[in-house]
Amino acid sequence: MPQFAGPTDPAADARWPDVRPRKGFFTDTSICIGCKACEVACKEWNRNPRDGDLELLGSSYDNTGALGASTWRHVAFIEQGRERIEQARESGRALVDLGMPGVGAPPPADPVPADTAPPDTPEFRWLMSSDVCKHCTHAGCLDACPTGALFRTEFGTVVIQADVCNGCGTCVAACPFGVVERRRDGTAAPKTKRGERKGEQPEVPNLGVAQKCTLCYDRLIDDETPACAHTCPTTSIKFGDRAEMVSLARERVAELHAQGRTEARLYGANELDGVGGIGSVFLLLDEPEVYGLPPDPRVATADLPRMYKLAGLAAGGMIAAAVLSVLGGRS
Amino acid sequence: MTTSESDSLRPPETGGRRRRTGGRRRRTGAGGADGSREMPMVPEAEFTSYYGRPVVKPAPWGHDIAAYLFLGGLGGGSALLAAGAQLTGQDTLRRNCRLAAISAVGLGTVALVRDLGRPERFLNMLRTIKLTSPMSLGSWILSAFSTGAGVAAAAEVDRMTGQRLPLGPLRRVLRAVEGPAGLEAAAFAPALAVYTAVLLADTATPTWHAAHEELPFVFVSSASLASAGLAMVTTPVAQAAAARKLAVLGVAGDLLATTIMHRRMDPVAAEPLHEGRAGTMMRLSEALAVAGGIGTVLGGRRRSVAVASGLALLAASALTRFGVFEAGIESAKDPRYTIEPQKRRLAARRAAGITNDSITTAD
Repeated sequence: MPQFAGPTDPAADARWPDVRPRKGFFTDTSICIGCKACEVACKEWNRNPRDGDLELLGSSYDNTGALGASTWRHVAFIEQGRERIEQARESGRALVDLGMPGVGAPPPADPVPADTAPPDTPEFRWLMSSDVCKHCTHAGCLDACPTGALFRTEFGTVVIQADVCNGCGTCVAACPFGVVERRRDGTAAPKTKRGERKGEQPEVPNLGVAQKCTLCYDRLIDDETPACAHTCPTTSIKFGDRAEMVSLARERVAELHAQGRTEARLYGANELDGVGGIGSVFLLLDEPEVYGLPPDPRVATADLPRMYKLAGLAAGGMIAAAVLSVLGGRS
Repeated sequence: MTTSESDSLRPPETGGRRRRTGGRRRRTGAGGADGSREMPMVPEAEFTSYYGRPVVKPAPWGHDIAAYLFLGGLGGGSALLAAGAQLTGQDTLRRNCRLAAISAVGLGTVALVRDLGRPERFLNMLRTIKLTSPMSLGSWILSAFSTGAGVAAAAEVDRMTGQRLPLGPLRRVLRAVEGPAGLEAAAFAPALAVYTAVLLADTATPTWHAAHEELPFVFVSSASLASAGLAMVTTPVAQAAAARKLAVLGVAGDLLATTIMHRRMDPVAAEPLHEGRAGTMMRLSEALAVAGGIGTVLGGRRRSVAVASGLALLAASALTRFGVFEAGIESAKDPRYTIEPQKRRLAARRAAGITNDSITTAD
């Protein structure tokens, strides 16, 4: 029986006869320029419909809002002043000081090094980060799915079969990162403003079904790079074998630390965390919650054996109460 | 933040957009309770989020699901009582409880199917058996339970209508299997009453998961007192002794389990259970459970008091389920309930010297 927590190879756990190397992203937010080409490429390739009414959200340049049923890449924009920047640097330094060796000499430089140092602006900075499904080692959505619509691919990723899903919504609540969503048609609210034209929209596919990033499963099978990584102009989104992505991420964070940028940190590279490590590793420049990421996610299934035991105990108590009530005679 | 000299001349912001750095916001009323406006008296605190947007997504479930939580428990408890009555030869109690069981799970199943994103695919629930999915196990439990409860109830309906069901030679089969069917339903009844607690707790929804150790006990108690309450309403007092006892045990268990749950939960994650509509429902539920319990003990042998107490208990159970359901949905909508407990437990582990299990690492 596959384990519920800790380091493991998820594709092998799923008993794939031909396990492929686990694929993943490394999203290096320090070189993201917030162009949203990944959002567009993702929508185009996966034919995801428009969501929302194209309103401005007033949150810097982020008018997408969040990951959702029809948004599988989401670029976050955060504007920070001097105080927040210093706090971020401090919290990063505290992380380094936890006893984890990290700030060493940078790896040998390339013959022609590209200038990837993020601009050091103490007064003001813009954090930009392209968020995506984490493709967890222990995926809450996958564990909770009652129909088997969600499955683990041979690449170690997590994919929903839209023709099997019956839209029960359990996976939506089970995801510790708030990635999965059930798709609505988005036409619930009638237009009230005069003269407003929503415009013709193509028919929305997979209505009422849970939807999320597939790590371009269709492209992986043909040895293609996922659309978002393929289109990223700054290589902020890197794609490859997960092991390679993690070592790339470690090199990059060491490089930034060597430049004195202690605010840099990795998110999801640790296999001992609450979800067994994630397939989409991030390099962040502040605490995860600043980007809308949970600071200490834990897959609920890790507690499931204990919950079943307690439920059994409670059920036993219910039987005992019923027996006691019936056998007590007629009072 | 001020980025140029003239920014300070702007008029103060009045409502509208949330700032990223949210303070400890108490839900004090319509004004700032939806998170759309910062309360002026609240100091800036350590809690940070992305524009106040939720980290986890609430389950896309409507009140159909809350109703099912209640009806599933009611059905399970009723089948248990029916089996007890069947074994002790209390015919009226047996008949009423069997009919209650099948009606409750029948309505509950309709509610479940209605809530699906694709109701026409409801049979996919039985496409596989997945031990890691409480929803999958629950679907099988519900199916197994409904089979037994359905057969037992059919036998009762046949008797009540003077053998008018067009059964033909199958009537003898029905008579032969109704007893075993009633016991089969009873065997699955506790599982039916308790699995919904695991289903809610096995999610990333902060309030539900924070209650994962106590919720099963709350739910079986609630199911017991609801089914006992319904039996006290439907059945004459002469045959309702077992129901009265189960009601009292259910109330005692419910009060105990709820109190322990409130005490042991993370205080921030427990907040939605105390505040807003969910808090009102939980308090009302407790009051009704106490009232129903006292009524049962003091006047349960008088028909009028028994009916009133039974109704109070039914309402108490429904309010518990709707309260827990709504508290969870609310907790998922506010990033504070996700981020604060997580930050605290991470800091606690670090303080205890465990530094190797964080998702955020420096290398």
